[in-house]
Amino acid sequence: MILYLLCLVLFSLGIYCTVRKRNIIKIIVGIMILEYSVNLFFALIAYKENGRAPIYSETQDILNMVDPLPHALVLTAIVIGLATTALLVAIAIKIYEKYGTFDITKIRELRG
Amino acid sequence: MNKQEQQGMTIIVKTVTRLTFGLILLYGAYIVLHGHVSPGGGFAGGVIIALAFINLMLAFGRDVTLKKISKGSTSFFESVGAILFFGIALLGFIGGCFFLNILPKGAPFRLFSAGIIPFCNIAIMLKVGAGIFAIFLALVLLETEAKERK
Amino acid sequence: MIRPYDIIPFFVIIPLGGAFIISLIGKKVKWFPDVAGTFATLALMIISVLSVWIVNKYGMQVYNVGGWKIPLGIGMVLDGFTCFMLVTVNLVAFLITLFSVNYMNRYTSKWLFYALFLLMLTGMNGVIVTGDMFNLFVFLEIASVSSFALVAFGTEKYELEAAFKYAIMSSVGSAFILLGIIFLYSYTSTLNMADMAGVLMQKGQGNIILLVSVLFLMGFGLKAALVPFHAWLPDAHPSAPAPISAMLSGILIKTLGIYTLCRLFFNVLGATQPILSILMFMGILSMLAGVFLAIGQWDFKRLLAYHSISQIGYVVLGIGIGTPLGILGGLFHLFNHSIFKSLLFLNSGAIEYAIETRDLKLMGGLSEKMPITSKTSLIASLSIAGIPPFNGFWSKLIIIAACVQAEHYIYAALAIVGSILTLASFMKVQKYAFYEKVQELTAKAKEAPVFMCVSMILFAILCAFTGLLLAPTVKGLFLDLSVKALTVGTGYARLVFGAL
Repeated sequence: MILYLLCLVLFSLGIYCTVRKRNIIKIIVGIMILEYSVNLFFALIAYKENGRAPIYSETQDILNMVDPLPHALVLTAIVIGLATTALLVAIAIKIYEKYGTFDITKIRELRG
Repeated sequence: MNKQEQQGMTIIVKTVTRLTFGLILLYGAYIVLHGHVSPGGGFAGGVIIALAFINLMLAFGRDVTLKKISKGSTSFFESVGAILFFGIALLGFIGGCFFLNILPKGAPFRLFSAGIIPFCNIAIMLKVGAGIFAIFLALVLLETEAKERK
Repeated sequence: MIRPYDIIPFFVIIPLGGAFIISLIGKKVKWFPDVAGTFATLALMIISVLSVWIVNKYGMQVYNVGGWKIPLGIGMVLDGFTCFMLVTVNLVAFLITLFSVNYMNRYTSKWLFYALFLLMLTGMNGVIVTGDMFNLFVFLEIASVSSFALVAFGTEKYELEAAFKYAIMSSVGSAFILLGIIFLYSYTSTLNMADMAGVLMQKGQGNIILLVSVLFLMGFGLKAALVPFHAWLPDAHPSAPAPISAMLSGILIKTLGIYTLCRLFFNVLGATQPILSILMFMGILSMLAGVFLAIGQWDFKRLLAYHSISQIGYVVLGIGIGTPLGILGGLFHLFNHSIFKSLLFLNSGAIEYAIETRDLKLMGGLSEKMPITSKTSLIASLSIAGIPPFNGFWSKLIIIAACVQAEHYIYAALAIVGSILTLASFMKVQKYAFYEKVQELTAKAKEAPVFMCVSMILFAILCAFTGLLLAPTVKGLFLDLSVKALTVGTGYARLVFGAL
């Protein structure tokens, strides 16, 4: 139970970073923390009492395995997070080149 | 010769990188090829292979590495990996269904088993390895362009 | 032999293969991206019309990917609502590809544009066709990440800033959606949408379904730009190149937002009255906020973006009413809005191609310099304002009639007010852009090149004649299928397992 509460703490930390920080790189780190906390939660709900790792091998029986489906889905979600982060970082580098600053209060060309 | 010695890191790092580069590639290939028997598979192996090349770029500097693997060949491998995976999925139409497993499946825990999965792993390794190295290369080249424009 | 359901995976295969092949060959061979992109979207449009015929003749189709039967494997489902959205998306995508053959000559690396465009189309088609929850999330992310890259395509200052804002807000929305999917998976222990509907009917709705509904409303509402979550749209849609603005405003927000909301709330979770009331309220808020904020705008594309928010409010209002007439009005307005809003954005693109500005104060007297653009823009403005006999009038009439029939008189009055303000706003656009005296900037404007004109004329013809979709026999073939697929509610589960 306390593991899930820690996931919630990470989630709210990610949202706090995204909303309150002024530096673009810190906002990107906030998005990464947000996505990783959701992936962590996904991997944690697969647990069963006294379960073992869901790897099929010759010597052990197919008993008492934790749920293997979320593990596969978390792999996909991590890759999606990687792609989004790579694109965000590339956009951030180009923004620094054009505006000369990383501070979002100074990057306000579009308004109205 | 002098410029090459000034880029990159110290000579200890360069020697160790030169020795371990092949070992990292071997380890990545092992993880890819045994993807249907032990944990790992295409994505993890592809990341390890990309890390071998990134290691090379960090230790030796940008110009030496770009002479070995150019930007064009990275893009080429990425597209080839994607088209290979796509072609394997389309081959399933021979059996009647998209993405069907049409090759013989063999006995479990052998290296040559599980139908199309090893080939899919190899295609994913090409795409992911080339893709992650291309992301790193793009970020390095963006920084160079920005410096040149100043 | 070819069974009728074999057509379903081609909606994902054709654009995905096209994107990969264009990224391999398109750099070296200069004419290849245009030809490949146009033929791919033409093929998609043809098979989407074919899918309407298949659903009419054979009923709902289910395709098991990889031979694994659902619920063990991933399934692709083709029912009435799916084929309606497929026709919308692929028709508009084909006409926009025709437009961008000439327009993207202003930008470098046209092959990159076509590769990303076809990837975004893969994502959208995948979202519509899939029957599995996590597969929906993966295709949603494919479409979203491609659209971030396309918004930042020109790499000017304001484009990068808009793309950054859009990317951050969309990533937060995706995190909420993934959290909702996780809670649903842990409650029902299955990922297939039909199986989930069946399990929820048996198990009953616990408190966790309330949490999941709120998370989905927030996540998908952000993708659809409903009013508390609309802040990214007025920056992202004007800054993109014109064909991408038309794609984003015309079909992306509808596929990733409205289609998924309808599918999940009507067919999987069960549409309870509180959720429908919240949807209606958000619809009215969007409608009024969009129209009031649009009146003071002088940038042409920013005005169109605010009107997108307002018209999506109409669609959500119609769907939130819940009666079959309301859902018919909402879905028909979705189809019409794709057509006339895309036409308006393409017009602004043609004007930008000719005189390189979007500011309404600097334009004037374009009606004699650019006749085709001005006439098609007049047709589109009359459509969006709801003047008979163009298509906007019929769908707005049905929505207002459904409001009155369900006894929400205040909502109907507010919808009429919104419509009048939309008319005022577009009269301003027409006056300032096309019918004032010629200024020095517009004196050297020429008409747009061939493909752009062909695309705009085809859109205008569709605007004029789409009202005929309400004629009695045609309505049964196309619109009624989608309304039936939504109003059957959680009977979706029984239908899918019956069609296996």
